[in-house]
Amino acid sequence: MIEAEGLTKFYGPRGAIRDVSFEIDKGEVVGFLGPNGAGKSTTIRILTCYMPPSSGTARVDGLDIMEESLRIRQKIGYLPETVPLYNELTVSRFLRFAAGAKGVEAKRMSSEVSRVTSACGLEKVAGRMIGHLSKGFRQRVGLAQALLNNPSVLILDEPTIGLDPSQIIEIRRIIEELSQDRTILLSSHILPEVAQLCRRVIIINKGEIVATDSPENLTSQLQKTSTIVLEVSGPSAEFAQAVENMDAIQKVSVVSLSGTSKFTIETDPSMDMRSDIAALAMQKGCGLLELRTMQLSLEDIFMQLVTEESTPQGGES
Amino acid sequence: MKGFWPVYKKELYGMFMSPIFYVVAFFFLLIAGVFFNSILRQIIMLSFQLAQNPQIAQNISMPELFMRSFLWNLSVVMLFVAPLLTMRLYAEERKTGTIELLYTFPVTDLATVAAKFAACVTTYAVLIGATFPGVIMLNAIAGSSWKFIFCGYGGLFLLGCAFISLGIFASTLTCNQIIAAIITFGVLLVLWFIGQAKTEVSPVLGSILGYISVSDHFEGLTKGLLDSRDILFYIVFSLFFLFLALRQMSSYRWRG
Repeated sequence: MIEAEGLTKFYGPRGAIRDVSFEIDKGEVVGFLGPNGAGKSTTIRILTCYMPPSSGTARVDGLDIMEESLRIRQKIGYLPETVPLYNELTVSRFLRFAAGAKGVEAKRMSSEVSRVTSACGLEKVAGRMIGHLSKGFRQRVGLAQALLNNPSVLILDEPTIGLDPSQIIEIRRIIEELSQDRTILLSSHILPEVAQLCRRVIIINKGEIVATDSPENLTSQLQKTSTIVLEVSGPSAEFAQAVENMDAIQKVSVVSLSGTSKFTIETDPSMDMRSDIAALAMQKGCGLLELRTMQLSLEDIFMQLVTEESTPQGGES
Repeated sequence: MKGFWPVYKKELYGMFMSPIFYVVAFFFLLIAGVFFNSILRQIIMLSFQLAQNPQIAQNISMPELFMRSFLWNLSVVMLFVAPLLTMRLYAEERKTGTIELLYTFPVTDLATVAAKFAACVTTYAVLIGATFPGVIMLNAIAGSSWKFIFCGYGGLFLLGCAFISLGIFASTLTCNQIIAAIITFGVLLVLWFIGQAKTEVSPVLGSILGYISVSDHFEGLTKGLLDSRDILFYIVFSLFFLFLALRQMSSYRWRG
């Protein structure tokens, strides 16, 4: 559905992205991940035909962004990063304008506007001026505008930035609903969000793509150790010694609290040590309070990828 | 021209919702009223004086004289009004970032420029149209040729179109509305007075200066002289600056 080939963009002498290539299939929900200033918005602006690339090409639904920009814009619903909206218009008037600009015919106008209004929960504020709305409602108006004319591709640039937790959950719910029958490209620097919503992530850093895979694959590939979290009560010094002497244990760190001790144990990922550790705790007369493996979160992967200079094309599979 | 109507309607709505328009309209109509009144007084005084001199009075049409100086004064006021109407058109969209929204809608850049221009010209027509009742009333009482009203107001309209297109171009240059207004006003003022320099320089340069002066072309129209050169000047002037605005915005896209 979306193909980018060697996209490069210079702002004056400063390169924003270099040789960015990726492909997104129809119906996929893809997260576009990167620290601030990595080139997410630049890539997205090229795909939405806001600005042409310095070199490289991209196609949306088989249409070239340079040759058939108008037809692509017809197919894309786009929520820009800062959610720019016309503050002097009311929500319903703005949506009618956007619908008209997107080529919704006059007779479908009312039903289309009310469809997106209810999909984004804007009924209560439909008559209010956009300039007077809260950030959360502005975001929803931006999303509603992107949904007009039922685009097959949705491109959302940081859709949950600056919202409070309940609003974030609300927007995520809307995005999840939308992902049923659409191709969605979602940029974010909030990792759990991407892990939750997307089946595939593209990680970009300093203008280059450093990894593209599913969150699970990225996790397992980059996991060099598996971490076990353990909490015991009772005499733990002897137990700690015993744990350290076990095979396949690489590192043990202990935090002693009042009466209990918290262990963080790093082991070889190929072996599951939990049952052995539990048996050992029983044997040493410790009360087992907690025992679990800690998954390497997308955050850790992300940090590894953007800080490791040695793996420029790292997790590519 | 895909997407012209929705953008036109939005711009027109934005224009009539903005406080700038009402402030500008208030002072424009106030000043127009003051001019109307004082010019009428002078004309009446003049006709009393000329009543003692029937030979000279025969050759002077008082309503014509009135129209000429009234329209001339309005056109000078337009030097101030036009920048205020046009300054926000692109500058504000760039500042608030809504240009990104507009430029990712399936609307051609040409339709955007045309719609903004048309909306501004419509507003302008409403403004000068509001001075119409007084002129028509005077025409009904004193009697004059419709030709002067038609030519004069047609000329004022074309003049306004030229001013507005220059203003739109200035608005594409910056994201600061005040700078856009100052550029428009400055350039208009230069083009307004440049005609007066034509006697100071060589004949060739003088004729060029006279030709590009926006006020020289207006003079004929206020006298009721419908000259295709003047009309063409304003049309070409408008198209030229709208074209520059279009180019400027596409370069803005490239620069990002």
